[in-house]
Amino acid sequence: MVTTGTFGPMCGSGAFFNVGHSKPRMKFGGGKVYLNDVPVYTGTAAVDIFLGATAKELVAGKDVILTATAFGTDCYPRKKLETLINIKDINEAILFNLRNAYQNYNVAVNLSEKVIYTYMGVIKPNLGNANYSTAGQLSPLLNDPYYKTIGVGTKIFLGGGIGYVAWHGTQHDPAALRGDNGVPRRGAGTLAVIGDLKQMKPEWLVGTSMLGYGCTLTVGIGVPIPILSEEILRYTVVSDADILAPVVDYSEAYPQMKPDILGEVSYAELRSGRIKVQGKDVPTGSLSSYLKAVEIASILKKWIEKGEFLLTEPVAPLPGVESGITFKPLKERPIGE
Amino acid sequence: MNVSRRIVLHFPPNITEQPVVYRLVRDFGLTFNILKASVSPGEEGLLVMELSGEEKNYNKGIKYLTEAGVEIQSLSQDVVRDESRCTHCGACITICPTEAFALEPRTRKVLFDHNKCVVCGLCVKACPPRAMILNF
Repeated sequence: MVTTGTFGPMCGSGAFFNVGHSKPRMKFGGGKVYLNDVPVYTGTAAVDIFLGATAKELVAGKDVILTATAFGTDCYPRKKLETLINIKDINEAILFNLRNAYQNYNVAVNLSEKVIYTYMGVIKPNLGNANYSTAGQLSPLLNDPYYKTIGVGTKIFLGGGIGYVAWHGTQHDPAALRGDNGVPRRGAGTLAVIGDLKQMKPEWLVGTSMLGYGCTLTVGIGVPIPILSEEILRYTVVSDADILAPVVDYSEAYPQMKPDILGEVSYAELRSGRIKVQGKDVPTGSLSSYLKAVEIASILKKWIEKGEFLLTEPVAPLPGVESGITFKPLKERPIGE
Repeated sequence: MNVSRRIVLHFPPNITEQPVVYRLVRDFGLTFNILKASVSPGEEGLLVMELSGEEKNYNKGIKYLTEAGVEIQSLSQDVVRDESRCTHCGACITICPTEAFALEPRTRKVLFDHNKCVVCGLCVKACPPRAMILNF
């Protein structure tokens, strides 16, 4: 058994809540609802709401202010509601992240003359720094490059509690360029994960703010990989030196959807603190915490050793290289012609 | 004996137009190195600097500043890390101009060296989990 872990800012994170019905009843759908002044999505039903990456205070067990206004219907007459809610009192709180645990990712640099503020952090001009964002040799999908053991239904460590792989994540791109060792050299597979937010701990689900970009959620994920064959074993001994990531200019190539990369570097080079880009020595910084990734993998190992965490067999595989699934850009079409 | 200390000076609006630092040099023979300054005429000013000189003169200089109405704070506590929020990701390392952050090679824990910090505040904004706090 090999346990893997990752702890970094992950886009596509959010949570569903069912807060219970008020008396008289109120239908949030079609109205406006806020949790601590953060707008939430109400379009699913009467009292089910969806919140983007700001569930931190709820997870910490703090009271949160719910305010709601709606148009009122015959069966749901109430039009206005203001109350405190607490995660322990509401019916369900379900973390459902549509795209987590990216299998490899870009290294962000800035070729322009100005500082840029990105979801990859603050990137200084003229190749002033390079930011990367995966746990490398410890990252779940980099230890199972062809999705031989991780699939729909795989039980995982999620935010300090237990969760499951629900589906392949959005933008899942199994056909991405791979090395001879099978390891993707570009952003490739992703996971959609689901779990009971009530079990999770604020330590492993951290509200995160990227200056000039916006908020996201730093999520702790750990995935066990059973060594079922020599082939799987070979994949799990992958080291940082074997994993290459593309260096991308976030001042021009990334925002303009240009495919150009400035080269490839290994995670061993990234972790050394400096990489070479266009002949220049560039200091590196990480957005993903390796220290915490190791801690997650160790916690999961302990759970398994104590028999508290039993492994599951996937009920369906994630789409693989042969699936034909690719990550497509939006094809814009003129309206009304 | 010579001393060298990092201090934060808060200037009330009425003295931001006076040549206070110049008098530290002329009258007390002190040397200074400005680490951060935000002084606009007519508004409250802030100066972070390293002040050095003979201890006797240093104390006289501080007395002069206090009497002139300048509020003095020692620098050591000004940028602090909330250990409960820090995830040890390392986004601060390349942002810090004085290399106050470093990775412990074995554990990859992010270490913060207060002594190297010049309170520029760059890390405060760049820290993704908002663990760096500016205390003024």
